[in-house]
Amino acid sequence: MTDTVKGAAPAGEPILQVRNLVKHFPLTRGIVFQKQVGAVKAVDGISFDLHRGETLGIVGESGCGKSTVAKLLMNLERATSGEVFYKGEDITRLSGRALKAVRRNIQMVFQDPYTSLNPRMTVGDIIGEPFDIHPEVAPKGDRRKRVQELLDVVGLNPEYVNRYPHQFSGGQRQRIGIARGLALNPEIIICDEPVSALDVSVQAQVVNLMEKLQDEFGLSYIFIAHDLSIVRHISDRVGVMYLGRMAEIGTDAEIYEHPTHPYTQALLSAVPVPDPQAREQRAAGADSGAAAGRGRIILSGDVPSPADPPSGCRFRTRCWKAQDRCAQEQPLLAVPEVFRGSGTPAEHESACHFAEERATAEAA
Amino acid sequence: MSTSGATDAVMAPEPEPPGGGEERPLLDVRNLHVEFRTREGIAKAVNGVNYSVHAGETLAVLGESGSGKSVTAQAVMGILDSPPGFITQGEVVFQGRDLLRMGGEERRKIRGARMAMIFQDALSSLNPVLSVGEQLGEMFRVHQGLSRKEARAKAIELMERVRIPAARERVKQYPHQFSGGMRQRVMIAMAMALEPELIIADEPTTALDVTVQAQVMDLLAELQREYNMGLILITHDLGVVADVADKIAVMYAGRIVESSPVHDIYRAPAHPYTRGLLDSIPRVDLKGQELYAIKGLPPNLLHIPPGCAFNPRCPRAQEVCRTDVPPLYRVNQERASACHFWKETLDDDSAPSGDA
Repeated sequence: MTDTVKGAAPAGEPILQVRNLVKHFPLTRGIVFQKQVGAVKAVDGISFDLHRGETLGIVGESGCGKSTVAKLLMNLERATSGEVFYKGEDITRLSGRALKAVRRNIQMVFQDPYTSLNPRMTVGDIIGEPFDIHPEVAPKGDRRKRVQELLDVVGLNPEYVNRYPHQFSGGQRQRIGIARGLALNPEIIICDEPVSALDVSVQAQVVNLMEKLQDEFGLSYIFIAHDLSIVRHISDRVGVMYLGRMAEIGTDAEIYEHPTHPYTQALLSAVPVPDPQAREQRAAGADSGAAAGRGRIILSGDVPSPADPPSGCRFRTRCWKAQDRCAQEQPLLAVPEVFRGSGTPAEHESACHFAEERATAEAA
Repeated sequence: MSTSGATDAVMAPEPEPPGGGEERPLLDVRNLHVEFRTREGIAKAVNGVNYSVHAGETLAVLGESGSGKSVTAQAVMGILDSPPGFITQGEVVFQGRDLLRMGGEERRKIRGARMAMIFQDALSSLNPVLSVGEQLGEMFRVHQGLSRKEARAKAIELMERVRIPAARERVKQYPHQFSGGMRQRVMIAMAMALEPELIIADEPTTALDVTVQAQVMDLLAELQREYNMGLILITHDLGVVADVADKIAVMYAGRIVESSPVHDIYRAPAHPYTRGLLDSIPRVDLKGQELYAIKGLPPNLLHIPPGCAFNPRCPRAQEVCRTDVPPLYRVNQERASACHFWKETLDDDSAPSGDA
């Protein structure tokens, strides 16, 4: 567990580059003679970079494709098109031995600690299983000791090695999941909703653990979640997804303080603030017009089906700014022209034809 | 049960003005005890809960899983699985009458008509093989004896009231054809059907996305205002609570550890557990620092620690906390805290974290 910083790549260099990643799940009809009648466009052209040692948060509502992105990065699903470069090598086309070698460095922590651990295996077997697949990491006689070290690292008693998952609470199980993810000394850990299933008081413990481990082992995280306040706390950069596309991406301050995409603005305004005084402020804002004031934007309707997404901008069916152009022309994820070279925090990539900042509390 | 006997006296609910028509709460839960008799032993899920709701008021019951918040609600609604669950003590006074002393038939008339419940998971609470219209109409057919046709018309009216688009067509559809937010609207419509005086919403938006959650909470608040209903909102989300509640009851290990009007509790909590919960919310100005985390785990209800149930996790715990169950101390007219050191907790808060 000591040889942590592998390779000589300096901090800040992209370790994972995602380019135009697409995943379509075919929709078929017929039983014997199946024919494809359409596709669920779960991920439809996503690009981003993950830098060494940073945490990239990905937020979005259910069905926006964030979990599919996680699976594509792990190569658990084959991408329909697009590339994922890990240290300059496209991993979406790899198979066999080469894939196995890459997976050693990219590990995953799953959402539900109740179903992602095999109830018939002891904790020692669960955490030690990666060593069966990659025996070069830990020689056979050494494994038990390594497992106990890992338990200690994630804050569990090393003597629990022979216990079964049902003997642990949710938070402890998530620690076991994290220990399993750490076993092979990976460089990247993809966390798919790692704290969503946990109680509020336990969430903080797990988030703290993950931050500690990141410092200790120089990990890069992709942190997928729908809880915006936790994502803000842990992330260096944040990407907002909507219906298979990236709507906006930037540093945490850029996204949370100066969002320019209407969807991000609506999403942030919809989050209930744990401060009752915000209620009165919001009520005052709502009177002066939802889009203009600081009031809450309540989107109408539901997210459209990814099998039949709207033309042009995917958000236009729920957007209050939508115009004809939005239906015809797909907005690209780029720094909007109005903000280009402005040097303000609004200068970050946003996929909207009419990107602009909302009047914030400070400005009002 | 024996240890709590002494505290009950102190925890006695506020003395009510005799026959005070206006003052009388809609629902008054008094010293409720619920236990589950399991093979492993007796799990004391609810240990002396007192709360009350007035018409038009929103009470938020806040707690983690296993704190007894849902079990209390089930006991109030009379839908507790029994066995293994047993109400061992207490009263549930609804509009002046103790529900626990009523017969099954009488309670059935109240349930649904006078008080209704909204559940968390709409997909598993709705019957998948009946159309939404039939399920909504059932309320009218059973309680009001309407015909199928009349019930369907009422169902459409209800769906329009909770703003389900194209209600006339959708009334024939089945639950799986609705999205999560729309299904939750159906649940709300069903609860609203007979215009009850009290609605208990058990984590109504936990399974929903934030943008949809905002729609649903708005709808609920609007309907509540319109009908002047009492609302008990059960949740673990401090954000939702701050948004809609009038007063809050924080539960831990089957007891209310703090009750307070909503503004006071966020400004200065009077119980270390509440304080811990509030401090563990990520804050913008503290980014990059370690999150405050309440250490340890919620207690096993089969083995609730002696003394204050929170003492193993409490930063303020003293010897007295391990031996004596703290009574629910009255902080002021409207607030109460079950902590021996509520004064210190309250004062401590006003000093260091002086955020506006």
